[in-house]
Amino acid sequence: MATYLEINKKQVNEEKWEEPFYINMGPQHPSTHGVLRLFLELEGETIVNCTPIIGYLHRGVEKLGEILNYNQTIVLSDRMDYIASAANNTAFALAFEKLMDLKIPRRAKLLRTIVCEMARICNHLLWLATHALDIGAMTVFLYCFRDREWLLNIYEKICGARLTHTYVRVGGVRQDFTQEIIDELYKFTEEFPPRIYDYETLIDVNRIWLKRTKGVAVVPAEDAINLGLTGPVLRGSGVPYDVRKFRPYDAYVEVDFIVPTGKNGDTYDRYRVRMEELRQANRIIRQCLDKLPETQGEPVVAENAPDLLIPEKIKKPEPKPVPKKGVIFKGEEIPVVPPGEAFASIESPKGELAVYVISDGSNKPWRLRIRTPSFVHISAIPYMSKNHLIADLIAIIGTLDIVLGDSDR
Amino acid sequence: MGIEKETIEIAPGVRQVPGTPVILSPIDKIINWARAGSMWPVTFGLACCAIEMMATGASHFDLDRYGIIFRATPRQADVLIVAGTVTKKMAPIVRRVYDQMPEPKYVIAMGSCACSGGIFKTYSVVQGVDEFLPVDIYVPGCPPRPEALLFGLLNLQQKIKSEAKKWGFWR
Amino acid sequence: MEELLNELKEKFSSVIIEIQKKDYPTLICKRTGFLDLMKYLKDEKGFKYLIDLCGADYLEYKYKNFEERFEVVYHLYNLDNKVLLRLKVRVPEKDCWQYSVTPLWRTANWFERECYDMFGISFRGHPNLKRILMPDDWEGHPLRKDYPVYLEEEQEWKTYKEFKEKIKEQS
Repeated sequence: MATYLEINKKQVNEEKWEEPFYINMGPQHPSTHGVLRLFLELEGETIVNCTPIIGYLHRGVEKLGEILNYNQTIVLSDRMDYIASAANNTAFALAFEKLMDLKIPRRAKLLRTIVCEMARICNHLLWLATHALDIGAMTVFLYCFRDREWLLNIYEKICGARLTHTYVRVGGVRQDFTQEIIDELYKFTEEFPPRIYDYETLIDVNRIWLKRTKGVAVVPAEDAINLGLTGPVLRGSGVPYDVRKFRPYDAYVEVDFIVPTGKNGDTYDRYRVRMEELRQANRIIRQCLDKLPETQGEPVVAENAPDLLIPEKIKKPEPKPVPKKGVIFKGEEIPVVPPGEAFASIESPKGELAVYVISDGSNKPWRLRIRTPSFVHISAIPYMSKNHLIADLIAIIGTLDIVLGDSDR
Repeated sequence: MGIEKETIEIAPGVRQVPGTPVILSPIDKIINWARAGSMWPVTFGLACCAIEMMATGASHFDLDRYGIIFRATPRQADVLIVAGTVTKKMAPIVRRVYDQMPEPKYVIAMGSCACSGGIFKTYSVVQGVDEFLPVDIYVPGCPPRPEALLFGLLNLQQKIKSEAKKWGFWR
Repeated sequence: MEELLNELKEKFSSVIIEIQKKDYPTLICKRTGFLDLMKYLKDEKGFKYLIDLCGADYLEYKYKNFEERFEVVYHLYNLDNKVLLRLKVRVPEKDCWQYSVTPLWRTANWFERECYDMFGISFRGHPNLKRILMPDDWEGHPLRKDYPVYLEEEQEWKTYKEFKEKIKEQS
């Protein structure tokens, strides 16, 4: 280590600082993204290298998934991406239904789509609130939470919980919508588009916003696919990849919507992609609500959903004459869930959320693997933040829409 | 004595000389009233409960009307609201933030995961924050509703108002 | 789709053991020559997007018909033709390593680190193979089948035990 006098001499004589300067943005910092630790190597104020360190919220969800039965793991899935829980539940339910080969009634598909799109609106509103708050616009936070409270009230009427709904289950949904919920959703879809316009007037052409987001963290399309980015981050770079169009699931086949894409791949384009997705989500909810009366009276759970409370079914032996004393007939063991594997992915509001499950015939998964978008996006921070200032790093974390519960599981 | 004749009681234990702005009361009551009326928490949201804490601080269930302002640094705060799951990797950091706060300080454990580990009984989750922190108020729920968190904060205010001799020479 | 599978089977007959038709076509491969197959798929056939890379432990699996313990599973996607492929490589317990695909897809970097952390499979050619989710001095690999879900008192992580004892001494 150089002494004080030698360091002083260096600063005066040479232009460039020879030793790099390390600073730690610790797990506890005032922005609300959770426990992410960034180890920065700086030269002046520009970042030369940035190492993200995660694992401060690792709760062992994949290990717990091996001792709980299939319906119980859906409870765990709520708490991973805790801002849009309905999307997580849908991913798990889709993978398990593929494994068990269940056919879901049409009404359940429409209800699932409505709940997923409401989750998308909730997520984008919270993203806008925290992203704007980090950059400095504090009013947007209060505006967005006003609308979010409305949606959370509707969620409470649907399933009883504001944040961690376990509404989507294996085989369908928990219970049907009442007429009151449908009326309130109609009212929401009519009053929401003027409010999106409100948010845009606050920041869209604001000079400070434009200066802080245009040209920051540009990602060309080839690099984005190689780095594994998905969701609005990839679509901001011009690649129109959306799981709802490429491998459709639930009721997205019947519904009409466009997928917005950006041009340059910078932070401003990703902001515009997400604002347009808010409008499209509203449109999808409207169309699904219009189709609900056609399916009035249908069940909301699949008929041949297995009974997951018993570990293995044991078939009784056929009646045969009792031969001798002391001989025991054992029944043949039938698996409750067919053994095999299944892979399903959905378009969660943050990116592509995929579930890969291997089963061994009993009512618990053998291996439950969850591929989350936030894990991959955090690994792209060193690439995106090269030669940017520390203030841009805050904008980058905001535009990637990271949630640490999602990345650490 | 003369005090009871000349003064009137305006609140339990607090007396005022009528017609003048002169108030007689034990110092305990004044200090506790000041501390309870302006509790400043440190923003320490870890997981899902942080979202409900933010919702409590936003416009629908306002926290500013109770005098509660969120401070970014522990050096200027007096309440630590641990909201979310604490893992073994994160535990020394929570303790360090707690040690950086000046006296008098209080701790609220918000959510089932901070109270007792919640649904995560695994190899990497601390089963309750009271394994290494002295907790004053527990707010259970997964996540607790904003009204539940407000109830917890009001209970903390009652607890502060009933303290005795936590200032000056006796501390 | 059929043509693609037939072509791969002809060209790489020494690498591919079996092709199964489950919900997506699954190719079970050997470890030697695997990198050539991946390079061919990425450059010639356009599978530019690696969705997922994970490991699986088959200790005492009921329907097992092979002898290795671990398996590394890859999911590849072609954005132009919309084709999803699954590739599996079997890894024995004694000789626990596999080739790294980080030079081809940069997203494999963190996926392979997580596989090493949770199962103990090391990847040859990886630039920075360290633990990622567990703390750096953790012992054992949590997702193996012989690792307990909840650690009792004696099996506790050393650093956390020392931390708790230090706190007890202070107060």
